[in-house]
Formats: sequence, structure tokens, C-alpha cells
Amino acid sequence: MRAFAELLERLLFAPGRNAKISLLRACFTTEPDPERGLALAAIAGALDFPGAKSATLRELTARRVDSELFDLSYDFVGDLAETIALIWPAQGDDPPALPEVIDALRAAKRSEIPGLIENWLDRSDPSTRLALVKLLTGGLRVGASLRLAKLALAEMGLVDVNEIEEIWHGLQPPYAGLFAWLEGNGERPTPGEAPVFRPVMLAHPVEPPDLEKVDWSAFRAEQKFDGIRVQIVATGQETRLYSRAAEDISAAFPDILAAIDFHAVLDGELLVIRGGVVAPFSELQQRLNRKSTTAAMQREFPAGIMLYDMLFEGAEDIRSLGFDARRARLEAWFARTQPARMQLSPLIGFGSIHDLAALREAARDEHSEGLMLKRGDAPYVAGRPKGLWWKWKRAPLNLDAVLMYAQRGHGKRSSFYSDYTFGVWTEEGELVPVAKAYSGYTDEELNFIDRWVRNHTINRFGPVREVEKSLVFELGFDAAQLSSRHKSGIALRFPRILRLRTDKPAEEADRLETVRGMIS
Amino acid sequence: MHPHPETWLKPTPSGLYCVPGDFYIDPLRAVPRAVITHGHSDHARPGHAQVLATPETLAIMRARMGEERAGSALQSLAYHEALKLNDVTVRLVPAGHVLGSAQVVMEHRGSRAVVSGDYKRQPDPTCAPFEPVRCDVFVTEATFGLPVFRHPSPAGEIGRLLKSHALFPERTHVVGAYSLGKSQRLIAMLREAGYDAPVYLHGAHANLCALYEKLGVKLGDLRPATAAQKAQLKGAMVLAPPSAVGERWGQRLEDPVVAQASGWMRIRQRAKASGIELPLIISDHADWDDLLATIKETQAPEIWVTHGAEEALIRACTLMQIRARALSLIGYGEEE
Repeated sequence: MRAFAELLERLLFAPGRNAKISLLRACFTTEPDPERGLALAAIAGALDFPGAKSATLRELTARRVDSELFDLSYDFVGDLAETIALIWPAQGDDPPALPEVIDALRAAKRSEIPGLIENWLDRSDPSTRLALVKLLTGGLRVGASLRLAKLALAEMGLVDVNEIEEIWHGLQPPYAGLFAWLEGNGERPTPGEAPVFRPVMLAHPVEPPDLEKVDWSAFRAEQKFDGIRVQIVATGQETRLYSRAAEDISAAFPDILAAIDFHAVLDGELLVIRGGVVAPFSELQQRLNRKSTTAAMQREFPAGIMLYDMLFEGAEDIRSLGFDARRARLEAWFARTQPARMQLSPLIGFGSIHDLAALREAARDEHSEGLMLKRGDAPYVAGRPKGLWWKWKRAPLNLDAVLMYAQRGHGKRSSFYSDYTFGVWTEEGELVPVAKAYSGYTDEELNFIDRWVRNHTINRFGPVREVEKSLVFELGFDAAQLSSRHKSGIALRFPRILRLRTDKPAEEADRLETVRGMIS
Repeated sequence: MHPHPETWLKPTPSGLYCVPGDFYIDPLRAVPRAVITHGHSDHARPGHAQVLATPETLAIMRARMGEERAGSALQSLAYHEALKLNDVTVRLVPAGHVLGSAQVVMEHRGSRAVVSGDYKRQPDPTCAPFEPVRCDVFVTEATFGLPVFRHPSPAGEIGRLLKSHALFPERTHVVGAYSLGKSQRLIAMLREAGYDAPVYLHGAHANLCALYEKLGVKLGDLRPATAAQKAQLKGAMVLAPPSAVGERWGQRLEDPVVAQASGWMRIRQRAKASGIELPLIISDHADWDDLLATIKETQAPEIWVTHGAEEALIRACTLMQIRARALSLIGYGEEE
């Protein structure tokens, strides 16, 4: 456990990507099985310990530490795991080994888990305690993404990282077969016929200089529909619906699953589609982030898929074909199969990039985020390869809003007030919240806002501070939608901070009716 | 009946005022008579008429602000010597914070109050160790007054610095440290750990190191970093003020390992946010355990908390059934 704790600590403070990759590679090369595999699983978020949740840890800590002192400390530190690791009163020098922790948790009855954890915390130093708490609560944001770990694995085995991406979703911790292959002691583990997620192909945003540089005649255009990107994996025996992040969301969409009676892997956009017409994202939202769904929900918000691409037809992997060839296969297959709840994403014909510019601007009315541009001869490549796929989002909308509430962030922003709620004025001269934003500021701006929040707090509600209504921000967002969740009746899609408007008096911020006028 | 210290020791906008002695302790603005606990700029401010402090603190004040601004009349008082000021007997007792740092012990008609100034209990080769004094009211700092602050062994932290230096022998190790106290303590601890190569100093550190040496603290081979060539600094140990480390001054070094020695380094995301690669938890302030231990050792039935995380320390005193209150003196920084 100490080696794992040290790895996490060094990853956090390592100044760059290359330094992090070498730290990870050193761990994978020098640590034995199953330690290295478990470390990898922890970074991948592949370990889950029901019965060891943050609530368990809070209760344990509450037994050992005065609650008022805990609250004051938590408020200062900002991160729950770190607060517990630091405030834990014992100082041990005999931390448990990582496999011991994992085996014991798997074998333990739920009621035995708190006792185990308490003993481990007592035996550990603060760094190991932090690693332990992060591991248990699954909040392992360690300053190194899974992608970096895969790059380190690729360096270790002298293989292309895409070879690892391709098989990743068929692997299980502690990944002994993977390490054996990378070290030349075994075959490459392959998923075979299992319904595993395949790494998706992503697009680069079009920047103004690209418009002139790229020869767009080699490209095909489609709408960039505003739903969520999904992958259908159907082996003939089994069927899965995955999100772009490889999360299995099948259970929440039985209507889609019921429509799949074929053998293929397809790429598409999950949407609410009513009578062939795509509904705004806010309707799809009703069905997202749920473990299951009801018949009424399925009736009211019928799910459908706009098909973009075909990766496998039957058992045949067609990803090495160019886009045009895959599209032809997809169209022929679609005509034969006529799958329910699915449509083909229409290709948009265009003469020049100027035609597309007009289409892009019209995108808002079609509940589309803009355009996708795909090279006709581009194979389906995992990741974000340069020059093959582009996304050209419509220009963002913006408004000036007043900061109302601030909350401490998580991870690297955990001791800063970095999450904000913004409001605009009603006709009655009252501020109502319209957006929350957590991004778009520079480090200096964050420091400034953090200090400003601390010096202008007028009220505290737990972790939330209400501030003086005097600081104005220019926010950018992709669309305004009706929402029953917010008092303002409006929700903004993808809000982010464009700039601080310290020059603007709060009274001159935007009014609610202006924002209402932007609803698409 | 002895008079309770709250009848003769009062918080005022200028700082803590001893009424019968007619003097302020570490006043925040210029006053006719000041007793100064130590030389850090938030405690030792310029422009007082009469100043009473240890000889070392007076020397530090002269070096930092010049003879005139240090005060019109400077009077030195060695540790443990008693001095009668009107109806109050004043003694200065080592606080273990930096060279010359002192607690102010005041006795008035049989009642005794002690003002700690800033203090620590960890070993420090550059200054006399803290001595607890029994008293009726102990006025304590609380810079690290939260139970998350437990400083590890300073020798262990120096060990981490040396380990990193051995791991990356080509990289300049630039350590951010306050120029008074922390800098000299780090050098002395490096020497204790057997590091006898030259230590390079940012200009802000050089004068105070020279003064420490003059006052009898041996620091070994010190050289100015400013005059040294970039190539000479390859693999060298460099000390600089925390503000210079992350900025252009630190950046012009080749591939530096940026370290910082401070109690705040305990909170990872704070260290991370300031761009530190090697955080060293070395502090000149008492940590939580030492604050509580010290409070118990003074046997004071009442604690006043001057600056820092007052709320938590007061709560802990309440749990120990000791009366405690915050003085809410503002103007003392988080500087170490």
C-alpha cells in the first residue's frame, strides 16, 4: 500500500505528462502482480467496494474526532478524503498491503467493513491513509488519467496504445494476462465474441484558420445532433448500449434494446425522437442518469438513435474501410434490416465551405450543435486523430450575469471557491439563478474570484456561500431551454465563463426576458 | 485577590496593551513603547518611540529596517532577565520560533500573563528552544490551529529533500523559504544531515544569513545565487523567498525541482496549486498537537487566542475544560 500511496503522491505533484507517464511505467515495471494490476484498476476506477462509502468513513471519523473540529477542518481543506486522512488521530507505521485490503473487503460482511477500515487507518501514515480513503470511496482523481496509464503500458510493452485501447474493455483486474503479454510472456488477450465496447473516434474542433487550409471537398457533412453519443454492440446473442465513456446504459433504455435484433456494432446519437422529429436535449435529459426507467417515461420521452457509422457488420470488422465505404455498408444494411427506433443521420450535400457556414448557423433551430465533417476516405480510428473528423459547432450565445453563490470545487480546486451560480434580473428587479459554471477562468482569475468570494460573503448554507450581488461575468452557452427545475424557468446548455466584467455594474447585467428570447 | 489579567491586559486597535506597564506587545502601528516578540515584519513594525526586545531581535530589526526606523530608543533585554516597567515585571523567555524570538512574561500584583508571540516545539538548531511558563492567562497564536496540521519530523523532511537531490543530481533544487528563520534553519538542518556543499542564496536571504553567522549560528559555505552562472547552479541547492520560486527568478534556472518548506504544504491541493513539485512540511509554528500540549504545560486556566484558526483551538480548549476566547487581533499574517 505504501508504494501505491507514494505513486499517487508523486503523480499529483509531477509537473508534466511525461513525468507522470514515467512514474506509472516505473510502477508497472517494478511492482509485482497483483499489486501493479490493482494500482491500474484503482486508476481506471474499476474497483468498487459496496459497503465502504464516504458515509462509512465519516461515521468512523466522527467516533474518533469531535464533529465541530472535523467541520472546521473540512471547511479549510475542502476535500473529504484528505481531511479524514490528516485528521485521523492515530499515527501508525505498519500499513496494510494493497492486495490484503482488496481481498479483505471482498470477503468481509458489510457489518465487518468499518472495523477493518478503522484498523487499517490506525496502522497507516497520512499519505497511505489518503490513498486508502481515495481507493475506498472511488474518488481517485490522482492527477493521472487512465489514458496516461495506457500510454505507460504501451511504452512498457513497446506496442501502439491503440492496441491496448482496443482490448481494454474486455479485461478484468488485476490484468495479469495484459501484463504477461506486454512483458512477452503471453498472447495478446482478445475479447472474442463478448459484447465489449470499442474505442470511439472523435473529432477536432474547426478553428478559423482551418477553414482556409483544409480541402473540404474531400469531406462529408452531417448534423452534430445534440443528444449523447452511444455505441450499440449486438453479437446476435447479447446486446449492449454504451455511452461514449464506455458506461453500460442498457438498463435505462429497454425501448432501444428491444429494437435490436441484429448482429452489428453501430455508432450513433441517442435522442428523444417523436414521430421522426428530434426533440430538444432537455427532453432526453429526463431519461439520463437513471438506473432504470418506467413505461410512462418511455411513452412520454421515446428514445431513438440517429445512426452515424458502422464498425462491425455481423462479426466482420469494417473499421479499416474508409468512411464512404462504411457508409455504403451502413445504408445497405439499414435498407435490409429496417431497425425500429433508428434513423440514418442524413448526409448534407454542399458545394463550398460557405454553404456549410450558413447551415451551421441554422443548426440551432434543428436542435443540433453544429456540423460534423468527415473525410470520405478516413478509416474508423480510435481517439482523436488529426485531420480526419472535424466538428464545427455553431457560435455560442452569451449574456452578462451576476454571481450569486459560490461553492468549493473538488480535486485540484478543492480549496478554492470555483463552482458558481449566476443570476439575471427579473422585471421585479429580483435576481434569479439561470446557470452554474465551473470553467472558463484562468488561474489568476480563479485566485481573484476566490478572494473576492471570501471577502464578500453575506450568508453561508453549509458549503455554499451567498455573496454580495455585485460581480458580473460574461457567460457563453450553447442554447437556452425551458426548465421546470429552475426558478427562472430556464436552463442554459454548456454554460462557461467567457470573462470577468469587473467594469460592469450589477444593475446592467442581462434581464430574464432577454434570456427567454434566446430559447430555441 | 490577584487582579485578573483581563483587567490589565487589553486588546486595542493598535494591538495588545498592558495598562499598568503602559506598553504594547507587537503593536500594529507606531506607539510610544513597544515590546517585540520577534523580528518578522508583521510583529516587528517600524516607527515606535521605545522598543524593548532581545538583543538578537533588535539586531534583526536594525538589519531589516535600518537603525532609525527600528525605533528611537532600543533597549535590549536578555532571556530570563527581569525588568520592572511601572507596576509590571517583564521577562523574555525563549519561544523557539526564530533566532531571538521570545514569549513576553508579565507579572502584575501576583497575577501572571504570558504572550507567546509565534512559537514552535520542534527542534531548531538556530534558536533557543521554547520554555513553557506557568501562568494565569496564556496568550497563544494558532496559525496551525486545526487538527489536520500535524507536522512530521523535520529531519525526515530534510531527508526527502536530500533523497530527491540524490535522485535528480543534475537538477537545481530551489527551495522556497521565508528569509528570516526558515532559511537559516533549513541550511543548519542540511548541515546536520551531512550536506556540506555550498548553498546558494537569493539576495533576500543573504543579509539575514550573514547576520545569523555574526550572532554565532554557523551556516557553512554560502554563495550568492544571483551572481552564479546557470551552469554552476546545475544540481545545486538554492534558497529563495517563496514569491521568487514560482516566478521568473525561479524559472530561469534550468529544469529546477521546485520545493517549498512550509506548514501549509500539508494540504496537498494548496501545494499543488502553487506549482510545487516537492512540498516539504517544515514549519516554525507549533502544530495542532504541540499547541494543545503547550496549553496544558502552562497550566493556565484561561487561554486567549491571537491569530490563526482561533475557532478550532477554542473548541479544543473547551473540550479540555479550559476557558478560552479569541482576541481577534488582525494584522498578523500567515507568514512563517
